[in-house]
Amino acid sequence: MTGLQAVFLLAAATILFSAYMVVTRNNLIHAALFLVLGLFGVAVLFVLLEAGFLAVIQILVYIGAIAILMIFAVMLTRGDVENLPSPNNANSGWIALLSVLFFSSLVLLISSWPEFNAVRPYIDPTRDTVVELGVALVSPEAFVIPFEVASVLLLAAMIGAIMIARPQKKDKS
Amino acid sequence: MTFWDDPIVFFGDVLVDLMAALNMPPSLINFISTLIGVVAVASFGLIGVIFLIWVERKVAARFQDRIGPNRAGPYGLLQTLADIIKLITKEDSIPEKADKLAFNIAPVLSVVSVLLIWAVVPFASGWIGTDINVGVLYVAAVGSFGILSILMAGWSSNNKYALLGAFRAVAQMISYEVPLLITLLIPVLLARSMGMMSIVEAQTVPFILLAPIPALLFLISSIAELGRTPFDLLEAESEIVAGFHTEYTGMKFGLFFAGEFLHAFTVGVLTAVLFLGGWRGPGAETYPFLGMIYLMGKAFLGYFIIMWVRSTLPRIRIDHMLAFNWKFLTPLTLSLLIMTAIVDKIYSETALRVPALLTGNVVIFIITIVILRETSRRQQKTRKKFKRRPVAKAPVAGKAS
Repeated sequence: MTGLQAVFLLAAATILFSAYMVVTRNNLIHAALFLVLGLFGVAVLFVLLEAGFLAVIQILVYIGAIAILMIFAVMLTRGDVENLPSPNNANSGWIALLSVLFFSSLVLLISSWPEFNAVRPYIDPTRDTVVELGVALVSPEAFVIPFEVASVLLLAAMIGAIMIARPQKKDKS
Repeated sequence: MTFWDDPIVFFGDVLVDLMAALNMPPSLINFISTLIGVVAVASFGLIGVIFLIWVERKVAARFQDRIGPNRAGPYGLLQTLADIIKLITKEDSIPEKADKLAFNIAPVLSVVSVLLIWAVVPFASGWIGTDINVGVLYVAAVGSFGILSILMAGWSSNNKYALLGAFRAVAQMISYEVPLLITLLIPVLLARSMGMMSIVEAQTVPFILLAPIPALLFLISSIAELGRTPFDLLEAESEIVAGFHTEYTGMKFGLFFAGEFLHAFTVGVLTAVLFLGGWRGPGAETYPFLGMIYLMGKAFLGYFIIMWVRSTLPRIRIDHMLAFNWKFLTPLTLSLLIMTAIVDKIYSETALRVPALLTGNVVIFIITIVILRETSRRQQKTRKKFKRRPVAKAPVAGKAS
C-alpha cells in the first residue's frame, strides 16, 4: 500500500462519512459543518489527481463562499435548528435496499467501460498546467467565448442581487 | 555540502542515512522526513507566537508612553510564558446549551488556518515547505477556514452577543476579501506566476517600487481581515462584550488570542514576500541563513507597521467600515489592477518598466484624491444645516437653591 493509496482511502472514507452525516443529522448546523468536511475531502482528491489549482479553487469557492452562505442562510432564517424531527422514518429498510441495488447497478455499468482500469496519464512536472489553463481561458481557439459569457452571467447575477437587496424607497410624508 | 551552505539538506541527509541504516523502506523514510518537516514549520510558528506577543506588548506600551511588562524575567520576556501558564490553569467552562462539537473545534480551526499558511512561505533560497505553483491562491483559500471558525465560535456559544459579533466579523472578513484578493493578484501579474518562490525570485526590483499603492491596500485589507484596530469592532470590549469569543475561557481563548497574533505576523511575512522582496538581499543565495534573516527582518517591519497603526488610530464604525470597503477600496483596487496589467504588458521587457508603473500609480493616486475631494465638497453642500436649539440654562453658583 503506497502512501498515495492510503491518503486516497482516508479522503474517500472522510467524504462518505461526511455525506452520511449530512443527511442524517437532526441539527442543521451540524449538517452544514459536515458538508464542509466532505468538500475538503473532495479537495484532497483533486490534489491526489495533481490538479492543485482545482483543489485550491474548490476550497476557496465551495468552503469559503458557498458553505458560509449556506450556514448564514440557516442561521438567519430558521428559528428551530435543533428540534427538527429525525430524518429516519419507517421506510428506511426499503430505501436502503433500493440504494444498494442502485449503487451496484452503477458500479456494474461503469466497470464495463473500457477505460475503467486506465492509469492516470503522465504529466511532465515541468509543464505548468496553471499557465496552460490561463492561456486556454482567453485563447480564441479554446474557451474564450464561454469565459466571457460566464463573466456576463456573473455580472447579471450581481446586479440582480443588489436590486433584490436594496432598501425600498420610503415615501417622505 | 557543508552546514552553512544548506543546513536543511545537511540535516535531511543525516536523518535519511540514520533511517536507512535501520533498514526502513524508502516510502516510510519519505513519510517520516515529511512529517518532521511539517512539525518543524508548525512549531516555528507556534513558538514564535510567544516572542511576538511580548514584542507587541512592549511596542504598544512604548507608543503609549509606558514601559510594558518588565517584571517577569529580564525585560519581561517570560511574561507570555506566565500568561500561558495562567490560561492553562483556568477553568474550562462550556455554556450549558452550547454546541459542544463546534465549540471545541472552533479555536483549533482558527489556529490551524493560520499555520497552514506557513507551509508555503519561502524562508530562503530553496527553503520552502511545499512549492506549489498556486501558492498565492492557497493563502487566500486557507483564510476562509478562519472565517468558518469564527462563525462556528459565535453560533455554538448560544449567546446572542456572540452570534451578533460573529455575524459582524464574518461580514467584515468576507467583504475585505475582495480587495485583498485583487491586490494579491498584482504581484502575481508582475511575476507571471502564482508560486511564492517564483514571486520572490522575480523581484529583482522589489514590487513595492512597482506597485506602491497596491502594497498599501494589501496592508489595509489584511488588517481588516485580521480584525485588528482600527477594524476591531468585532472584539472591542466597550461595544459588544467580547464579540464572538465571549464564552471562551482558559486555553481556548488563548488559542484565539495566539492565532490572531500569529496571523498578524503572517500578514507581515506575506507583505515581505509579495512586495518587499522576500529573502532577497546581499549574499542570500549562497548562505540561506542570511536569506531567512532578511525575510524575518522585513516581516518584522510589516508587523511593526501593523502595531503602529493599531496604537495610533481609533476604531471605525461598522457601516463606515463596509462603505470604505465597497465604495472606495474595491473600485480603487480594480482600477489599479487594470492599469498595472496594461502598463506592464506594454513596457514589460524594457527599462521603462519601473518608471512607467510608478507613473501609473501616481496618476491613479491623483485621480483618487481629486474624486474624494469633489465627493466631500458635494456632501458638505447638501448636508443639513445644524439648527440652534434653546438649551436649558445651568443654575448660577451664587444663588441659593
